[in-house]
Amino acid sequence: MVDTASSVDEHKSLMDDPGQRGRFGRFGGLYVPETLVPACQELEHAFRDAWSDPSFRAELDELLGNYAGRPSPMTECRNLSAELGMRVLLKREDLNHTGSHKINNVLGQTLLAKRMGKTRIVAETGAGQHGVATATAAAFFGQDCVVYMGEVDVRRQALNVFRMRLLGAEVRSALSGSRTLKDAVNEAMRDWVSSVESTYYCLGSVMGPHPYPWMVREFHRVLGQEAFDQCRELLDGGVPDVVVAAVGGGSNAIGIFSGFVDTEAELVGVEPAGGSAVGRGLVGVVHGSMSYLMQDEYGQVQEAQSVSAGLDYPGVGPEHAHLADIGRARYEPVTDREVLDAFELLARTEGIIPALEPAHGLAWMVRCRDELAGKTVLLNLSGRGDKDVAQVQAILDGDPEALETVDFGEAGNGHQ
Amino acid sequence: MATSDVTTPTPSTDAVASARPGRLESHLRAQRAAGRKILVPYITAGYPTDTWPLLVEGLATAGADAIEIGIPFSDPVMDGPTIQESSSLALGHGITPVSALARLGKVNSPIPLVAMTYYNICFRMGHRRFANALTTAGISGAILPDLPLEEVEPWAGAADEGGIETIMLAAPTAPDERLPRIVARARGFVYGIGLVGITGERKDLAASASEMARRLKAITDKPVLIGIGVSTPEQAAEVAEVADGVIVGSALIRKILDTGSIEAGVDFLGRLRAGLDGAA
Repeated sequence: MVDTASSVDEHKSLMDDPGQRGRFGRFGGLYVPETLVPACQELEHAFRDAWSDPSFRAELDELLGNYAGRPSPMTECRNLSAELGMRVLLKREDLNHTGSHKINNVLGQTLLAKRMGKTRIVAETGAGQHGVATATAAAFFGQDCVVYMGEVDVRRQALNVFRMRLLGAEVRSALSGSRTLKDAVNEAMRDWVSSVESTYYCLGSVMGPHPYPWMVREFHRVLGQEAFDQCRELLDGGVPDVVVAAVGGGSNAIGIFSGFVDTEAELVGVEPAGGSAVGRGLVGVVHGSMSYLMQDEYGQVQEAQSVSAGLDYPGVGPEHAHLADIGRARYEPVTDREVLDAFELLARTEGIIPALEPAHGLAWMVRCRDELAGKTVLLNLSGRGDKDVAQVQAILDGDPEALETVDFGEAGNGHQ
Repeated sequence: MATSDVTTPTPSTDAVASARPGRLESHLRAQRAAGRKILVPYITAGYPTDTWPLLVEGLATAGADAIEIGIPFSDPVMDGPTIQESSSLALGHGITPVSALARLGKVNSPIPLVAMTYYNICFRMGHRRFANALTTAGISGAILPDLPLEEVEPWAGAADEGGIETIMLAAPTAPDERLPRIVARARGFVYGIGLVGITGERKDLAASASEMARRLKAITDKPVLIGIGVSTPEQAAEVAEVADGVIVGSALIRKILDTGSIEAGVDFLGRLRAGLDGAA
């Protein structure tokens, strides 16, 4: 591990306020239909106002503590550390209420929606974790809730669909395109364009138009700050050598990176090989912001392919694109096969069944075990695997339909 | 340039555009001056079949004043089910921005053409290359619905230089202070969005359509056309009592989707024309 954490206070953070234009270097921005521009600007003002209001912060902290169960613990993995030859720490976001880090952002946004007087919430979801978290918070605040989910994901995440309905949300299948997360975002944006005067769009990742990438990061900062404090305690004032997180849109990764970006720790985002927006390195604009984007030579957005519904997304949050651009974080692809192996490994060695998303981070650690030998590695365990066990069982049993969701191709090799 | 007023920090873009209107704007102003209500149909490049360029000639003959041609994009967030369907069918037939523009380059259109697509298509090609490609294809203007005022400048500057008129959209949700900045940046015409929503056929004309036209007509001399939610000859006539004209997309595409024939689209255009001429 690194001896001392460098001072956070003496210089401007690398993850700062992106300003009124919402720019992270050359990425970000506000690429939305004109109808939505005033709503995005109103949201930015409302968020700035709330975020600087101690009563809002106190109310959110109270909810994060007594409703969501924060702070989440940090677990040192003795068995896994011995097996991999590195010191493995897990930030246990899987232990939050609703089973993932998503609740941090959702409680922040739904509390903000309440403050703004919006009574209807729309959201998109991939794996269903953001949808479940949004349905949960909407139930808590008494808000109407509609969640858009790709038809493919509705099938492979049936348990989360049932959870959302149980919580009183309406789940609408997105039937266009690849029928996964990208298309759910399209449908949620179309709904918002049509209902913007009454509706709050609770976006689930650090993507979309300004102010979402910044606001969602701020709502997840709590997990990075906790992890930083927990590491200082555990590592005698130090920080880990490497901080690892899975990246689809990139919200859990931004959360944990925010705690370490101004330290010496190396930051690694792990993308599915079939959805490696950063790895392919093409800049594009979709869903409201400029970032890296999987696309063809004409600019048509390509369909991602991943065993994990939560990472099955062709884009990535603009701040990740910036962190990659300036070399502060690196982004690595892993295959679905490696992910399934890592999923089983954590269950077997530590008694923790991870979600398929953080299993990507572990898969990269397994692959790079030689490079990481003797180092202290912090993995953000962003969610628990209950939602995935039926799918993984079907895959391991060789069910043809389940196997269709798996890309057994080899990992891409950085920039094309 | 606005050299007469030294206190003006930047020259009025409205003044610049008004001084030298492009081909599209000049054409629409001439129609308006002749007492005619402007009719702009939307079609999707590559739809319904590879004979789609015939629609351009058919619609021009049936009374269109300009034609908006959609270059299909994989993720059209401003479009409802009808145009999503025509776009997705066209993409399925293998249409690309390059092949669409190549086909248009061979059409000898008697009226101005406007390309409508999403920004990533333009961004991927590069601003100057995209402007040049439109010019080569005989296109006068461009509509990029996910490129609002805040982000439009790199493209719009290149478009101005390349002689492509960038049409700006104005929405019912815009506060009063925003609209003058939008119309100042607009070239060709101002596209007033008729309702808070995405493209698609509507049974009734939203009250917001005429209100949008009123708000825009009060602040600009540029042609003001209303689109989104204008679906019938009666609705077109009603909104054109205030606006200079209308854009009709989904309702026309729907006629072609339902019949599989481009003649149904051309017939419908004729009925829209008659409706507008009755109101003029």
